[in-house]
Amino acid sequence: MSEAAALPRVSPQPAVATEGRPVRWVLTALAIGFLALFLVLPLITVFAQAFAKGWDAYRAAFDEPDARSAIRLTLTVAAIAVPFNLVFGVAASWAIAKFEFVGKNLLVTLIDLPFSVSPVVSGLIYVLLFGAQGLLGPWLLANDIQIIFALPGIVLATIFVTFPFVARQLIPLMQEQGNAEEEAALTLGASGWHVFRTVTLPNIRWALLYSVLLCNARAMGEFGAVAVVSGHIRGLTNTIPLHVEILYNEYNFVASFAVASVLASLALVTLVIKSGLEWRYSDELAAGARRH
Amino acid sequence: MRAGELLALLGPSGSGKTTLLRVIAGLELPDRGRIIFGGDDATRLPVQERAVGFVFQHYALFKHMSVAENIAYGLNARKRPGRPDKAEIKRRVGDLLDLIKLSGFADRYPSQLSGGQRQRVALARALAVEPRVLLLDEPFGALDAQVRKDLRRWLREIHDRTGQTTIFVTHDQDEALELSDRVAVLDKGRLAQVGTPDEVQEAPASATVLKFLGDTIEVEAIAEGGRVFVNGRPTPVAAPPGLVGPVKLYARPWQLRFAEPEHAHVEGVVRTSYRTQGRQRIEVDRAEGKTVVVEAANSARLAAGRPVGLQIVGGHVFAD
Repeated sequence: MSEAAALPRVSPQPAVATEGRPVRWVLTALAIGFLALFLVLPLITVFAQAFAKGWDAYRAAFDEPDARSAIRLTLTVAAIAVPFNLVFGVAASWAIAKFEFVGKNLLVTLIDLPFSVSPVVSGLIYVLLFGAQGLLGPWLLANDIQIIFALPGIVLATIFVTFPFVARQLIPLMQEQGNAEEEAALTLGASGWHVFRTVTLPNIRWALLYSVLLCNARAMGEFGAVAVVSGHIRGLTNTIPLHVEILYNEYNFVASFAVASVLASLALVTLVIKSGLEWRYSDELAAGARRH
Repeated sequence: MRAGELLALLGPSGSGKTTLLRVIAGLELPDRGRIIFGGDDATRLPVQERAVGFVFQHYALFKHMSVAENIAYGLNARKRPGRPDKAEIKRRVGDLLDLIKLSGFADRYPSQLSGGQRQRVALARALAVEPRVLLLDEPFGALDAQVRKDLRRWLREIHDRTGQTTIFVTHDQDEALELSDRVAVLDKGRLAQVGTPDEVQEAPASATVLKFLGDTIEVEAIAEGGRVFVNGRPTPVAAPPGLVGPVKLYARPWQLRFAEPEHAHVEGVVRTSYRTQGRQRIEVDRAEGKTVVVEAANSARLAAGRPVGLQIVGGHVFAD
């Protein structure tokens, strides 16, 4: 008798905990149907509409200077906001996970704040602060600094909306890992920075990459907060999502969906890399996932 | 603490032994008191400059580095002038791998090693920086009984060979008594006694030390004229000078012997008896309700419920 046959077969769940076959079928069909209707179908529609008038019409949407400017602006904003949130997220997680200090719980709550505040409201806050009629408006005007309806405002709003991504992923992971390896490195004579570079960072690298990916996707796709502060100036302060909206409102469906397909592709690429990371480094990411 | 010795910090959990070790290492700051290394005050010295080797209970190996990289970490972390060159580091790592008998494992990762192997790597990593003092925090605590015994013997060998000044924390009396040159017993954050294993066993400083070092039987007794009486009968235990009146006599299971009722200090009935590691242990319920454990080398199994008399042939009485 083979070894495998000698062992009793272990089913993944005890039989009493599983539903009958028809119930399982119905539930699975419902879930798949829901996904198809609300996620897959819209995605297909985006590409179908984008290519409705063929490849040349699709290409033409990107030859337009306003479209190019929107793409450039979105890339610029992400290139500033994502590294900023990377540094802030790592610093905050490091402080929260490895040290005890007064106001720690407050900091954790504040990090979660952008998730609970409507993006439009967060955009408005910046208008109220930096706008012409805002709190700091007169001073900014006097010093010729423009924040609202300009790049700085869009960057600020994007940073605000995306700053929980990195910290929320890293804090539980770093808390779970504890301080032991860092302490070991310190007793071996390593300086604080050396410890961070050679011990802390390698231990969080995949979770970090994962969170940066999500942060980036959100930074490029953010609509609400950016819409409030940008002022929709064509060729100047329109990001990709805003440009898509303008084109759509002008009944320019092919161009609108063509530009939207860039964002959709970004989402798909993010999804693929994200799944790859989840599959490969599930242990490291699990600590973060438990919190979401 | 003497140079070159192997000192055990022994105490029940919560007695402050790990905290003391971490204070010595510089991982925690003392509320008061000073840490002195060979005449230098190290109390305010940052952990990196203390030149201590620390071995953690749960190894704390760098997961993403190979065994060789783990061991070389301390050497690689040094600033330029003091850092040995690549060939020298490689040679030192090779020597240490020989010492911990893991020569073929240089390129393995910690997750591919057993608990005992991991702890040996952790030890080599700590030794690589040639610490002034090696600190081990319950180094065998996470290992199973057999591995623990092997590692204990092996650590003693390494210590004898290298002469490395070592402090190790444990809550296991046998481990402390077997391994160390001297034992420091901690009780509620205070040092209760320091001495060689023989000293602390033969002349424990207090009832707490005595009780912590092994199974103890407590018997009410009367001290009078320098002698101790139990149940009106004299025992061979001497009372401290000047101590008169009711006292507690503490004895080990092997300091009780079965006796005829006319010589017995303690009487009771057998609750159960069992054999463990070549010795017979008999639990006896005393008339007052307390249970005492007696250990005898060559005693036969005794039936439960049988009345017995016990004679005290040794023990300790403390003034307080």
